[in-house]
Amino acid sequence: MEAVSIDQSEGDFSYPEDYAHDAGTGLNEGTIDYISEIKKEADWIREFRKKALKVFNDKPMPTHWASEDLENIVFQNIRYYLSKGQTPSRNWDEVPDDVKETFERLGIPEKERKFLAGVEAQFDSEAAYSNVKIELEKEGVIFVNSTEGLREHPEIFRKWFGKVIPTGDNKFSALNSAVFSGGSFIYVPPGVKVKHPLQAYFRINAENFGQFERTLIIVDEGAEVTYMEGCTAPKFETATLHSAVVELVAMKDAKIQYITVQNWSNNVFNLVTKRGLAHENAEIRWIDCNIGSRLTMKYPGVIMKGRKARGEVISIALANDGQHQDTGAKMIHAADETTSNIVAKSISVGKGRSTYRGQVHIPKHLKGCKNNTECDALLINSSSRTDTYPAITVRGNQHATQHEASVSQVSEDQIFYMKQRGLSEGEAMSLSVNGFVNDLVREFPMEYSVELKRLIDMEMEDSVG
Amino acid sequence: MSNNSLQITDLHAKVEGTEVEILKGLTLEIPKGEVHAIMGPNGSGKSTLSKVMAGNEEYEVTSGSVTMDGEDLLALEIDERSRAGFFLAFQYPHEIPGVSNANFLRAARQARLPKGEEIDAIAFYKEMYEKMDLLGIDRKFTGRSVNDGFSGGEKKRNEILQMMVLEPKYAVLDETDSGLDIDALKIVSEGVNAMRSPERGFLVITHYQRLLDYIIPDVVHVMADGRIVKTGGKDLALELEEKGYDWVTQELAPA
Repeated sequence: MEAVSIDQSEGDFSYPEDYAHDAGTGLNEGTIDYISEIKKEADWIREFRKKALKVFNDKPMPTHWASEDLENIVFQNIRYYLSKGQTPSRNWDEVPDDVKETFERLGIPEKERKFLAGVEAQFDSEAAYSNVKIELEKEGVIFVNSTEGLREHPEIFRKWFGKVIPTGDNKFSALNSAVFSGGSFIYVPPGVKVKHPLQAYFRINAENFGQFERTLIIVDEGAEVTYMEGCTAPKFETATLHSAVVELVAMKDAKIQYITVQNWSNNVFNLVTKRGLAHENAEIRWIDCNIGSRLTMKYPGVIMKGRKARGEVISIALANDGQHQDTGAKMIHAADETTSNIVAKSISVGKGRSTYRGQVHIPKHLKGCKNNTECDALLINSSSRTDTYPAITVRGNQHATQHEASVSQVSEDQIFYMKQRGLSEGEAMSLSVNGFVNDLVREFPMEYSVELKRLIDMEMEDSVG
Repeated sequence: MSNNSLQITDLHAKVEGTEVEILKGLTLEIPKGEVHAIMGPNGSGKSTLSKVMAGNEEYEVTSGSVTMDGEDLLALEIDERSRAGFFLAFQYPHEIPGVSNANFLRAARQARLPKGEEIDAIAFYKEMYEKMDLLGIDRKFTGRSVNDGFSGGEKKRNEILQMMVLEPKYAVLDETDSGLDIDALKIVSEGVNAMRSPERGFLVITHYQRLLDYIIPDVVHVMADGRIVKTGGKDLALELEEKGYDWVTQELAPA
């Protein structure tokens, strides 16, 4: 069972570069001035960016605990802003041809017609297309990119911006705060339950580029929304950087479900900070699937600030040759009777490496908090690797926590059994792997679970000789 | 070489990577339409024979041949043997967590279709349900993971169901009776008997004569030390039961 390079062929294409705005290579204050001027930003945003740049420069790389592969990112070789200089269109016909063709090849307009309530499509630094169904707009739902959000809705945006994830949270949240562009801004008014998902699609087209989208989702009292994001990039020889910051705010009784299917090509460093703030009786669920990228470091978190708030992370990671999926979850209990649930499954193929890092924090003065953590790893080859670092800090004795972890291997016997029934080695492997993640895949909306199954099939069929 | 039988000729096999020979020149022919039984003491190589025929890589064939209707079985991959019509009911069927019985059977049937052709799902389910009814298997079973949390009896019944759905030309049942109570044994035997046909051959491997009360064999072989040492009619099983395996090992095994 030899592993070979992964197939991300579906997203592996690019169009010639044709940009009106290019901040050039490297990062300094001039880069920030350039971005701020193009976006015609308010002074406070420019200041916010410049402060963040300083924090970024001052913070060391977290290599004392994280992968040394981070040292291979050369920040001065990256381009921090690329755009075609036009505002996002509400009509696919007005989107530039190469961009439109890109998203058509990825099936986005088709999905929008079929089952989405709104779509934003980002091409390198800026959104090319952004549309939300007219009914939702009438109910006061806002779904725009972050640039427009800051300009048109500063009163909501500024109140929460950088509050869930402060600039100095980590080196990459600081980097994002300095050069962010694109990403979604969503506001759902009290009591509005958005039935169909809103979707954002992030596409990197250019080489030596860094994408730094910034997403802020605020769901007001008793409101509900499901947001899905997908991403792809062509496979370049050089490393590409994707470093997003996503902040969620769920007010009293609100529900947010945030779904990610990450399928970056395996030259992408994917270093993302995601966290939600759940007020009283609110619920935030992160459903996170990582299949692509060279190195992913991502630990979606929920701060349960109000009584009876609930946080959940459902995570699937697949690491093939040349990939390291370093994922996990953070659950910060900050009120009584808060509940968190983490279910993480990883699959390591060939020389692929997956790491689970979990942090659960329940302080002493609280009562009636619950956490359940399950992490299961599946190793396909003897050269595959998995590591688990759960950190569960529970103070006080009025809480209930439960932790289970397992590492298993697809056994030769199991494969022999399936082959004896006529399945090829690749078919047997993908059936095994799909079986392993089956209970989690069911958490994804139907359209996504089908796509996920197909992606896993493709990875497994390719991983056997 | 017969075009109408499963034919094993002077088969020698050892444990891969060692010099431990388990099959030591075994010869056996199962014509289509017949049920043959192999009986023998523990360690005689019965289960090894079934695994070697299926292509298990724990064993290496050093000489001899196995042909199925004239086709060289040993030249085929494990999955190719299955698709060509060779079925092995496992003594210890493996668990496949998270994969439902329905999906597994469907995948196995799909694997038999030409590329690009899709299985007719409605017809497939109808057929599967009919066969489940015959084996007294509850409908809920289709949604359960393959063999996961199954009792010994359920696992064996599942093997028979898979055999019925895959409709092999030749089936080897490796100690299918072990771990079965008498009711389960009857049901499993009825399933096998329902599949007996002039177009199909069976090799039933068993340690005990009991199974052969329900699946009446045409021919009984006695195996000892990697060889067939005696062949006879169904009465041979009774004789063996009466005299015990010591009789075989002491009197029949070549010195």
